[in-house]
Amino acid sequence: MSESTPTTKTVEKTAGLLAEYETPAAIFKACERVRDAGYTKWDAHTPFPVHGLDDAMGLKPTPLGWISFAGGLTGGSLAVLMQWWMNAYDYALNIGGKPYFALPAVVPVTFELTILLTAFATIFGMLGINKLPTLYHWTFNGSRFGRVTDDRFFISIEADDPKFNLDATKRLLEKTEPVHLEEVKEIFVERKPLNLEGAADAFEALTGVSAPFDKKTAKKDGDEA
Amino acid sequence: MSSFTPIKEIDEEPIVDPSLDFNKVTELVAAPIESAKPPREWLMAFGVALALLGVLGASIGYLVTFGIGTWGNNNTVGWAWDITNFVFWIGIGHAGTLISAVLFLFRQKWRTSINRFAEAMTIFAVVCALMFPTIHVGRIWVIWWCLPLPNQMSMWPNFKSPLLWDVFAVSTYGTVSLIFWLTGLIPDFATIRDRTKNKIAKIAYGIVSLGWRGSNRHWQHYERAYLIFAGISTPLVLSVHSVVSFDFATSVIPGWHTTIFPPYFVAGAIFSGFGMVMTLMVLARELFGLHKIVQPRHLENMNKVILLTGSMVGYAYMMEFFIAWYSGSEYERFTFINRAFGPYAWAYWTMISCNVLSPQLFWFKKLRTNVKVSFVISIFVNIGMWFERFVITVTSLHRDYLPSSWNYFRPTIIDIGTFVGSFGLFFTLFLLFLRFIPMIAIAEVKAVLPAADPHHGAHDHDHGHAHEGAAEGHPVPAE
Repeated sequence: MSESTPTTKTVEKTAGLLAEYETPAAIFKACERVRDAGYTKWDAHTPFPVHGLDDAMGLKPTPLGWISFAGGLTGGSLAVLMQWWMNAYDYALNIGGKPYFALPAVVPVTFELTILLTAFATIFGMLGINKLPTLYHWTFNGSRFGRVTDDRFFISIEADDPKFNLDATKRLLEKTEPVHLEEVKEIFVERKPLNLEGAADAFEALTGVSAPFDKKTAKKDGDEA
Repeated sequence: MSSFTPIKEIDEEPIVDPSLDFNKVTELVAAPIESAKPPREWLMAFGVALALLGVLGASIGYLVTFGIGTWGNNNTVGWAWDITNFVFWIGIGHAGTLISAVLFLFRQKWRTSINRFAEAMTIFAVVCALMFPTIHVGRIWVIWWCLPLPNQMSMWPNFKSPLLWDVFAVSTYGTVSLIFWLTGLIPDFATIRDRTKNKIAKIAYGIVSLGWRGSNRHWQHYERAYLIFAGISTPLVLSVHSVVSFDFATSVIPGWHTTIFPPYFVAGAIFSGFGMVMTLMVLARELFGLHKIVQPRHLENMNKVILLTGSMVGYAYMMEFFIAWYSGSEYERFTFINRAFGPYAWAYWTMISCNVLSPQLFWFKKLRTNVKVSFVISIFVNIGMWFERFVITVTSLHRDYLPSSWNYFRPTIIDIGTFVGSFGLFFTLFLLFLRFIPMIAIAEVKAVLPAADPHHGAHDHDHGHAHEGAAEGHPVPAE
């Protein structure tokens, strides 16, 4: 570990543009414009779901219903299977001479487990599609973005969008008459690959086996090693 | 969650006070969480609740140490306050899901002012409810045998038993209600996160809001999830109390063995739940000054539901008597005559006057729009519904088929301590909720303000045509 140069370096980049609006009507019209301009990596941010905004943004319908349906099917069939296997096959229980397995008796538990697994599929499906939790997002760097959960409406266009061009995109957003338009910066920390020479030497000295990672530098994803 | 514009022609009133805009809704709801100190009344109530929680802990500790014999249950009355309290609490839970799910599907937009509150109540009531069957098994350390988990006996639960159905029904209900509630809370936690100046609060609310950024790409899936939750919770809420009633109805005890039980229990559950929502809502509304969001209209609507379900319960009481007579079974007849005129007649008539007679006052508009009257009647409903479960459980059991087994149930101090203590648990959780969680669904209330309609400005406040705009160019997405 003879190296003494800093292993990190910070870079400031433009993350995107944030335009702020005061009313649902204003953001509605603005969304239609951004949609028609052909952007793909952009979003509208509102304190509550605004009617018809999905169409104004040109969003595809959500597939969540299918995920929930699959969850429900799984729950229902597993429940029937479980009750048959437990009470009629693995350890057949004779209760007052009743049949080991009869449909009417398994209805309540089957119903409950159908609902339970539908609920799990729905919540985890929704969080999965939305990629939540995502505790950090570049829009949070916007100076006025805190009001998005109060009374303001925002459009964000990412710098990663293939159509993004700082000036042209700015002009487009200006045409939608936002009350505030902001270029949001993001600070990246670029880390140099870790030098693990010392660790490798120590590992070899202790175990007598050659270290299972590159001596000079660990790979990019080996940072945790 | 679409906006609501009152139709002037039929004298519709706005859902919340017309002076409210988006920001004022946020301010009003966030105020109790952001105030440096809770109101003095809150502190006093919290102290009392904690003391009662201590009583609960002591009672349960004593029960677990010395066994079920410390309760007043006897050979004949094997089920008494334990089951009474269980059914009482689980019934109270029903209002929350009814308001959040059933009224959502029926597009009753007034629900947005009270749903968060009622859902919280549901969850805390289910916690109290689950406690009673858990402790009444006696050997509480093997309660996990109720679940289909491998154990040293290589045995599985008996899925033909309604008591096991109950385990699944109540735990599913608790889980789904909790998920539904937390889903609704995500955007509101984000509101608190964005407003708070406190560093620890910012981190805590930041984590529970999952990084919500109001994204419309998120709202799209979120709203669908909300709709699905409402869709599955509706049959769920109707099933839970039906399954609870199976505990009784599938037995061969006179007074329990009737087919009217599932619908009758569900109506009673909604009745008692609305009673409890009313009690708590009136108090919280006064304490935290939420008059602009929770308007007399909301209280009136709840009173109408109380009147309806109270009358349904009254009908069920009458029908039980009729069927007992009509069945020709002498045991059934005896049970019902004994219920009304036997040793527990005092409990029966308390039930009738609280549940059937007192809500009838709500036929008068003057009375059902009066906050004080609503509060008093809601207390009567709470009392009456506890007695209903007591009457069903104990009067049917205390006169066995053999007169030599006849007995009378008297609660012990441990019975009373556990029941009173369960209120401590409920109110401790509820008061913490009032202090730390937005008690009104902020995003949902904003969405029903007339200003939330994207065509609101375009039509220049022409209320009559506001929703036509939505039908023309922009199909309304699933709510």
